[in-house]
Amino acid sequence: MNVFDIIGPIMIGPSSSHTAGAVRLGRVAWKILGEKAVKAKIMLSGSFAETYKGHGTDKAIIAGIMGMHSDDERIKNALTLAKENGLDFSFELIQLPDAHPNTARISLTGENGAECTVQGCSIGGGNILVKEINGLEVSFTGQYNTLLVLHHDKPGTIAAVTNFMAYSGLNIGNFRLSRPKKGGEAVMTIEVDGEVPDYLIQSLKILPNIINVILIKAI
Amino acid sequence: MLSYESINELCQKANEQNKKISEIVLSDESIQMEQTKQELFNRMAESFKIMCQAVNEGKNPNLRSTSGLTGGDAAKMEKYAQTGGLCGSFLNLAISKAIAVSEYNAAMGKIVAAPTAGSCGILPACIISMVESGKCKENEAIMSLFTAGAFGMVIAQKASVAGAEGGCQAECGSASAMAAACLVELAGGTPEQSAHACAMAIKNQLGLVCDPVAGLVEIPCIKRNVSGTVIAFSSAEMALAGIESKIPADECIMAMKQVGASLPCSLRETSQGGLAITPTGIKLKEQVFGAK
Repeated sequence: MNVFDIIGPIMIGPSSSHTAGAVRLGRVAWKILGEKAVKAKIMLSGSFAETYKGHGTDKAIIAGIMGMHSDDERIKNALTLAKENGLDFSFELIQLPDAHPNTARISLTGENGAECTVQGCSIGGGNILVKEINGLEVSFTGQYNTLLVLHHDKPGTIAAVTNFMAYSGLNIGNFRLSRPKKGGEAVMTIEVDGEVPDYLIQSLKILPNIINVILIKAI
Repeated sequence: MLSYESINELCQKANEQNKKISEIVLSDESIQMEQTKQELFNRMAESFKIMCQAVNEGKNPNLRSTSGLTGGDAAKMEKYAQTGGLCGSFLNLAISKAIAVSEYNAAMGKIVAAPTAGSCGILPACIISMVESGKCKENEAIMSLFTAGAFGMVIAQKASVAGAEGGCQAECGSASAMAAACLVELAGGTPEQSAHACAMAIKNQLGLVCDPVAGLVEIPCIKRNVSGTVIAFSSAEMALAGIESKIPADECIMAMKQVGASLPCSLRETSQGGLAITPTGIKLKEQVFGAK
């Protein structure tokens, strides 16, 4: 913690969890999509579903999907801006039984046809936790550069990836493995300190048993 | 290096070096964050600028929140303050600033969470009033935010600054305690006097519940920013007069944590108790979100 965690952040009100955190959830979904979004379907659960109108949670998520930060004064007009910029959006209120009270599920389609579905929650003070990407369980905050490594659950795969990162001088701050079933598809969520060079991502992609590698830069 | 684990540590280190708390905090954060003091000062100056803008924007009589429940009261208060009122124009103008920033927050304006969005009106109201009335210079006010931040870091580490954990005492109570400490420093008081002011502000808001109507950061949050501001001034005034808190600040913070943990869930930001479930509170909720 530092002094700017207390005197700060600078943000658009009214709520750090329901507004500032919501912007970041939209923004992380946009980062994962990797291109301009033209269609967004947003499902709100729990307290998000109950109070989104008063907190401007809808505007905040749309602003994030358009790439805005949580202190952007255009957030207030995000819905109008989205229509002007060709982003077709819809909101649906759902109840996800075991989810955090402030959960959103965002499905995006990009201008070149990319698609993604991201589920995450706003955990207070503007901080978020991304819980699911395209059906795979993950867990990261978006505060650090994060590598998502989709792979086949085979012996030595994790060692190969982390060894390669070690040779590149990249320090791992957080590591999480999610494996829906033994021997099937699995995902490593790796939060790192510092910048991830492009050659590293390309090199990781050609390692045995690797399906795909996505870098989500710190939001 | 400072641990920010006790108010006592801040006072001791400041006294050892014969410096203000804000000065030792700026030096320490410069080392811990690996940035120059000037860079950190500039960053704090940016926050101060946003606070001033929020005060000005919030004064607009036509300002309304996204829900439509609040707005326009800062303008009324500012007009009334010109008459001097009961407490004089200084305090009434400070009150109008606390309302202005809080109403601007509710209207999706840009604010500095200090320490939270719900309590964002208290620090600006206190320090900008000091600058406007010529009681301190702008750069002193910016520096004093490092003192406020340090007190807030201790509270966050030892108790909480989240309404969902500790009730409103953790949000407006913390903001008020932070403001009281930095007001003392701005008025030329000692580090110990800052600590006493912090202690007295906490004592005066101990047990304050978080019961927002319709779950929104509006009712009663905006007006609690006012009481937080007034308590910050009264606590600073007592400390500067030489009055001491019989219970030390660090123990008041411990009490705040214990009281927060004892609050039922219904009074910690869930809108299931207090003002939120009064007949009018429920009516207002239905007005915004429709009847269930």
